[in-house]
Amino acid sequence: MPEKFDAIVVGAGPAGTACAYELAKAGVNVILIERGEYPGSKNVMGGVLYRKMMEEVVPGFHKEAPIERPIVEQRFMMMDKTSAVTFSYKGMEWAEEPYNNFTVLRAKFDQWFAGKAVEQGALLLNETVVLECIVEEGRVVGVRTDRPDGELRADVVVLADGVNSLLAKQLGFHKEFRPDEVALATMEILKLDKKIIEERFNLEEGQGCTIELFGDATKGILGTGFLYTNKDTLSIGVGTLLSGLIKHKIKPYELMEYVKTHPMIRPYIQGSEAQEYLAHLIPEGGYRSMPKVVGAGVLVVGDAAQLVNAIHREGSNMAMTSGRLAAETIVAAREREDFSEASLDDYRKKLMGSFVGQDLKKYKDATHHFDKFPQYFEQYIPMVNRAASQMLTVDGMPKREKQKKIWRDIGPAKEKIKMARDLYRAWKVMK
Amino acid sequence: MLHIVACIKQVPDTKIIKMNPKTNTMDRSSAPAILNPYDAHAVEEAVRLRNRYGGVVSVLTMGPPPAVKAIRKCIEIGADEGYMITDRAFAGADTLATSYALTKALEKIAQTRPIDLIICGKMTIDGDTGQVGPGIARRLDMPPLTSVNKVVEIDSEKRHAIVHRKLEDGYEVVRSTLPCLLSVEKEINEVPYSSLPNMLRAARYQPHIWSVADLPDIDKTQLGLKGSPTIVSSVWAPPKPQGGTMLEGTQSDQVSQLLDILMARQELFAAASGGEAP
Repeated sequence: MPEKFDAIVVGAGPAGTACAYELAKAGVNVILIERGEYPGSKNVMGGVLYRKMMEEVVPGFHKEAPIERPIVEQRFMMMDKTSAVTFSYKGMEWAEEPYNNFTVLRAKFDQWFAGKAVEQGALLLNETVVLECIVEEGRVVGVRTDRPDGELRADVVVLADGVNSLLAKQLGFHKEFRPDEVALATMEILKLDKKIIEERFNLEEGQGCTIELFGDATKGILGTGFLYTNKDTLSIGVGTLLSGLIKHKIKPYELMEYVKTHPMIRPYIQGSEAQEYLAHLIPEGGYRSMPKVVGAGVLVVGDAAQLVNAIHREGSNMAMTSGRLAAETIVAAREREDFSEASLDDYRKKLMGSFVGQDLKKYKDATHHFDKFPQYFEQYIPMVNRAASQMLTVDGMPKREKQKKIWRDIGPAKEKIKMARDLYRAWKVMK
Repeated sequence: MLHIVACIKQVPDTKIIKMNPKTNTMDRSSAPAILNPYDAHAVEEAVRLRNRYGGVVSVLTMGPPPAVKAIRKCIEIGADEGYMITDRAFAGADTLATSYALTKALEKIAQTRPIDLIICGKMTIDGDTGQVGPGIARRLDMPPLTSVNKVVEIDSEKRHAIVHRKLEDGYEVVRSTLPCLLSVEKEINEVPYSSLPNMLRAARYQPHIWSVADLPDIDKTQLGLKGSPTIVSSVWAPPKPQGGTMLEGTQSDQVSQLLDILMARQELFAAASGGEAP
């Protein structure tokens, strides 16, 4: 006789753990199933954790959670082959409570977070793979795992099994994602002395900095690179749409090597030692790629629901919020003793009404637009670099001459009109 | 009804552990803590014997509080009960002090349920000594049977055990009285993928945890660093073999390549046969 729980959460990442935490806190008998050896052992992200959404689950978490550094500066580098135009914001209000965001290493953080869910009363089961949902009379009533006697029953199952959710796919909630709906990110964790990190990134003790890389970091392929400071390591990575890698016939590790040896990046990481190499898919299809997120007895949260804002590199915060909203919905559904699709649909409504749905909607065309029109990355970023170089190089040419030259550099009138149109379009998809 | 106790240890995974090049000691933070692989086989054998003859399997470990994880692993394999002794006074124990502390815990376990059989792994992968098992047997005055690769029979009526002991050129069949202590080879069994009910039980399981104060009649001078006469004067990593040539291809390719190399270096044989042949 398989054991019955009130709720089963599949996947102990930020979405699943937030959900299990909230459920357990509300007295729901919940089991959190993780395929890895421990939560975080299989998870990858660049490493920025947003304070606000995490705090909505565990207030004051930063005092005890294994965070790396609070971020006080965010830089954005538009890179050409041997140059970069950098925009940055640094603010001391980010160096103190309540903080804005933090860098974290997922292997440590997820383990801690799942531990908090266990403290609330959730049962954590590691090293167990959920193979499929058990569906009876059109509703999900449990899961089948890869273990002998491996069935479990529950009133409701939450799928937090990450990008390319096989379980949601089996239920027919989404099709296999297309290569232009997912990005492949590779990253390395580089060991570097704490003091050297702080000197190189212009930081006071314990503070952190993030650098986002655009343009040549991805060899002009749509995507971004990143370089984040941890306590005594750096996280460096690069992610591009899978379709871009296929089109340009570039292997992910080649791109990684290219970024690491780029003259704008090399000095930051000099003398560091590679400690870990990680790779993962990121759902970047956005609003248009969102699967069905509610069914009878089942909810889909986090990456499994494609909840990533690629433009603002946000994901873990959306994951946590979705997990929290799913838990709220389940608690209410329990009171009604109704786990039908109509009853659980509150989750979808709450999600779409929150910043998660709003932001996904706002940027619904952004990735697709930049994917369709590669000139932004291939032409305009190098152009900005040339213009900056031209204006800032003191060579005796009058400044008005320089401006004219930059203007000529754009090309004939036709090109100028095209650029104006592109800028308008970019503004439209981002507004 | 048998009561079988498996003695286990949580160890750093030495397959991936890094050595501190300055002190030549293990950097324990560089590797995850796992159940000593030999001990998994000890627990599995205990579980199989229980399933065959009926009874109870207990596991016992000494270690810091996180070692509870290793006990849970044993519950996943199918053990019934877990006992842990943990105390700062145990820290720094060598095999002599460890076997003393474990013996005291075994005596306490035996008070509630007499022990018929103790099973240990052949050795731990962090210490590689294989001394704790026999140490316990000596202290409890029971026969130690090392290098066991098969248990033929345990007869709780006739009070004997029949096992195979692995030798360099085969094995010997040994009959011992009960209680006795076995230390087992990896080949004794294969540890299967644990069932979901066992996993659930393990996730919920709270082991019995004892400190020095919970163990009666214990001689504190025999514990931990104080009770450990072993002195580690120095530790070094064996030098990595340098040079060498890897031969590739099929087996016959490799043989002919090897012959070519040897034929080209006749001086090797000349030197060997240079003296007067007997």
